[in-house]
Amino acid sequence: MHGTSEQVLHEDATRAMTICNACRYCEGLCATFQAMTLKRTFAETDLDYLANLCHNCTACYHGCQYAPPHDFNLNVPKTLATLRADSYRRYAWPGFMARLFERNGLVVSIAMALSLALVLVLVFLFQDRAVLISRHVGPGAFYAVIGHNLMAAVAGATFSFSVLALLIGGRRFWRAIAPAASKPPGVGAWAKALRYAATLKYLGGEHGEGCSTADERWTNMRRYCHQFTMWGFFLCFASTCVASVWHYVIGVEAPYPFLSLPVLLGTAGGVGLLIGPAGLLWLKARSDARPADVDRYGMDYAFLASLFLVSLTGMLLLAFRETAAMGILLAVHLGFVLAFFLALPYSKFVHGIYRFAALLRFATERT
Amino acid sequence: MIPAATDVLVIGGGNAALCAAIAAREAGAEVVILEHADRAMRGGNTRHTRNLRAMHDGPLHTLADAYTEDEFWQDLHRVTGGQTDEPLAKLMIRESAGLLDWLHERGVRFQPALSGTLSLERTNAFFLGGGKTLLNTQYRHAEAIGVTVSYGCEVIDLAIDRSAFREVTFMHAGSKHSIRAQAVVVASGGFQANEEWMKEAWGAAADNFLIRGTPLNRGIVLRNLMDQGADTVGNPTQCHAVAIDARAPKYDAGIVSRLDCVCFSIVVNRHGQRFYDEGEDFWPKRYAIWGRLVAKQPDQIAYAIIDAKVADNFMPSIFPTISAGSIESLASEIDMPGDALAATVTSFNAAVKQGHYDTTTLDACKTEGIEPPKSNWALPIDTPPFCAYPLRPGITFTYLGLKVDDQARVSFGNSHSVENVFAAGEVMAGNILGKGYCAGTGMTIGGVFGRIAGENAAREALC
Ligand SMILES: Cc1cc2nc3c(=O)[nH]c(=O)nc-3n(C[C@H](O)[C@H](O)[C@H](O)COP(=O)(O)OP(=O)(O)OC[C@H]3O[C@@H](n4cnc5c(N)ncnc54)[C@H](O)[C@@H]3O)c2cc1C
Ligand code: SF4
Ligand code: SF4
Repeated sequence: MHGTSEQVLHEDATRAMTICNACRYCEGLCATFQAMTLKRTFAETDLDYLANLCHNCTACYHGCQYAPPHDFNLNVPKTLATLRADSYRRYAWPGFMARLFERNGLVVSIAMALSLALVLVLVFLFQDRAVLISRHVGPGAFYAVIGHNLMAAVAGATFSFSVLALLIGGRRFWRAIAPAASKPPGVGAWAKALRYAATLKYLGGEHGEGCSTADERWTNMRRYCHQFTMWGFFLCFASTCVASVWHYVIGVEAPYPFLSLPVLLGTAGGVGLLIGPAGLLWLKARSDARPADVDRYGMDYAFLASLFLVSLTGMLLLAFRETAAMGILLAVHLGFVLAFFLALPYSKFVHGIYRFAALLRFATERT
Repeated sequence: MIPAATDVLVIGGGNAALCAAIAAREAGAEVVILEHADRAMRGGNTRHTRNLRAMHDGPLHTLADAYTEDEFWQDLHRVTGGQTDEPLAKLMIRESAGLLDWLHERGVRFQPALSGTLSLERTNAFFLGGGKTLLNTQYRHAEAIGVTVSYGCEVIDLAIDRSAFREVTFMHAGSKHSIRAQAVVVASGGFQANEEWMKEAWGAAADNFLIRGTPLNRGIVLRNLMDQGADTVGNPTQCHAVAIDARAPKYDAGIVSRLDCVCFSIVVNRHGQRFYDEGEDFWPKRYAIWGRLVAKQPDQIAYAIIDAKVADNFMPSIFPTISAGSIESLASEIDMPGDALAATVTSFNAAVKQGHYDTTTLDACKTEGIEPPKSNWALPIDTPPFCAYPLRPGITFTYLGLKVDDQARVSFGNSHSVENVFAAGEVMAGNILGKGYCAGTGMTIGGVFGRIAGENAAREALC
């Protein structure tokens, strides 16, 4: 069943790319078309590669003379989006986990976060019912609620599993798409790919004026919101790293003062992760459904909503950490964080890795 | 809501219409556009375009080197064999210099000078995202400055009395409506999609023509004005016609039905006979003659035959390749007498003089002693699988059109003094193109004369 649908998706994409390659009017819009023009025929892995170079800006739908209602019924963004989502499933490890998130991502993620939070609350209560609703301040206050070792063990295990799964998935994808005959990407290609990724170059289009969202007009809104999200995520990650160093190396325990490095990084990142995902959700809700793979929007909404909720619960914890609500807030926040990391290798997060891999091939072919 | 009256009425919804509407609105007129297509299919042949030709005295962001007024004129003069209205052509060339900036200021974006397939980086500026992206921008700009756009409106009649145009009648949602205007710009394209008219000009051969662009350019307004005494230029059989894949649909297949294999092939008619030098010159310089060449063959069909050696030298067709292990079986795939095709291939192969095959130059790999010769890229056809691509004439647009002056005003002989009818684009392209074609001229004609027509129509309406 999956075999045939996968075949259909590749056939659709072959047809689209064959037409586009004969036309090439969209050459100046994005990397996908420039990569396409280097090919005459398309292997399945080439199509997976092209699908992951596309970020569904939809400019090539609104500007296509063959888009419906034309008889050719060409819908490049939608065709590539469907194939892209399917590629996440195919390269994911272990495969069965991916299916869980494919369609009901939002429900699954939130249910998972809430049940984890509930489990944590129960565990705390089991330990000592006063702990959860009392006020704790000063160094080590969090660990009065949940033992540091337990927290570190659960988080560490989850995180390690996710990183492993992500690496395996990413490696499978890279092996599939890596240009067969050529040498591995050199420094120049890495530098270029990193620059494309860090600046989100192609969310601005080749021309820098942005991409289409609600209609054919170009705007850079999506790029800005994505920047808030991506850098917000990196800042939060940096905050966690600094905090670990403080804990293990310097021996200073959380909660840290408001003006400390981990809290400053975390707050800045948290704000980014409120603004960015909220903006992206808003844009997505207003976006034109025709060139999108709306059936699989669940995955995108789930990821954005999880990021937003991780950040929101974290910010609430920061704001109310000196009150009696801290215990519950901590449990809820940890629930969302754990759920986020558990789902990570099967969530929209993988687009970052696959897309980077695709950009790396693109940069390799261009240097 | 379509108003009952306006200052300037523009008929059509392609590049010429939009340039006219924008120019007229910017000159202060109330403007209404009546476009036959609905919104999704708006923009006629312009949807299928990708570049325009413009003169420039030095390198621009979008165009390399320089392309002077004189060089443009020489090119145009050569391809038309002098069948062009010199003052109008020179006006167009001069005005093309400002067209890129004019469009850019209104939001249109071009690709940086491109090292593309057609080696046009010096002469032609490419629209970023192609013609439909261009149109999206033009429509958005027009609406933003207050132009009223009405889709689904097919103009069927212009009411003109001895001294002036008064109103148009159009069909909309199944019923007749009319709108009065002070001036009108006709930008409704050629008549290539009008089967009866094409047959009048070409006879039954027209049945086998494919129309590369919109099915809506049927010359209804052109004929209506001709019937009311408007002067015309050009000959009804003159048009831009290329050879395209015969499997393309009758209408609107656009650019992707083109085939770039002719100069690497031998082209035979349905009797298996060659009829023209396939390697006369680079394909971009020759593609526009092949439509007429195929139109003159029996049943208006021809086949390009290649072997495996050259299969990668051109872009594949979007349609499946017809291939076979021998020339005879290939012939039976395409319903052709196998012995005739085999004889043609044998005598061609025998006539090929070995040389240094190079697709990037005129390599003088040629034949000797056969008629017609093949002057470049001739290699023996001997390596299976052998492939065939069927070719039919693909009509881009017709040249017979309304005669205009340097204000884009349509002339009505001596009997009338009508001053408020203007024309732009395909519908008056024959003033510039008596025959032949320089890539990108269609959009330049629409852009330049669209602007001129819009400005003068506004002046006429507001005085
Ligand atoms: C495949 C293809 C590729 C091309 N590529 C290029 C290129 O790269 N560069 C170039 O310079 N030229 C190119 N051309 C030629 C170019 O398309 C035309 O020269 C140009 O678009 C003409 O513009 P226009 O506005 O006059 O006509 P169109 O764009 O055809 O617009 C005519 C409009 O009139 C409307 N209309 C027709 N009849 C009526 C009626 N009775 N009432 C109301 N509305 C009506 C139609 O719906 C249409 O919107 C190409 C053509 C084709 C088919
Ligand atoms: S999306 Fe349409 S306009 Fe763009 S390259 Fe493909 S066929 Fe051409
Ligand atoms: S949707 Fe945007 S990114 Fe994707 S192929 Fe089209 S133009 Fe490129």
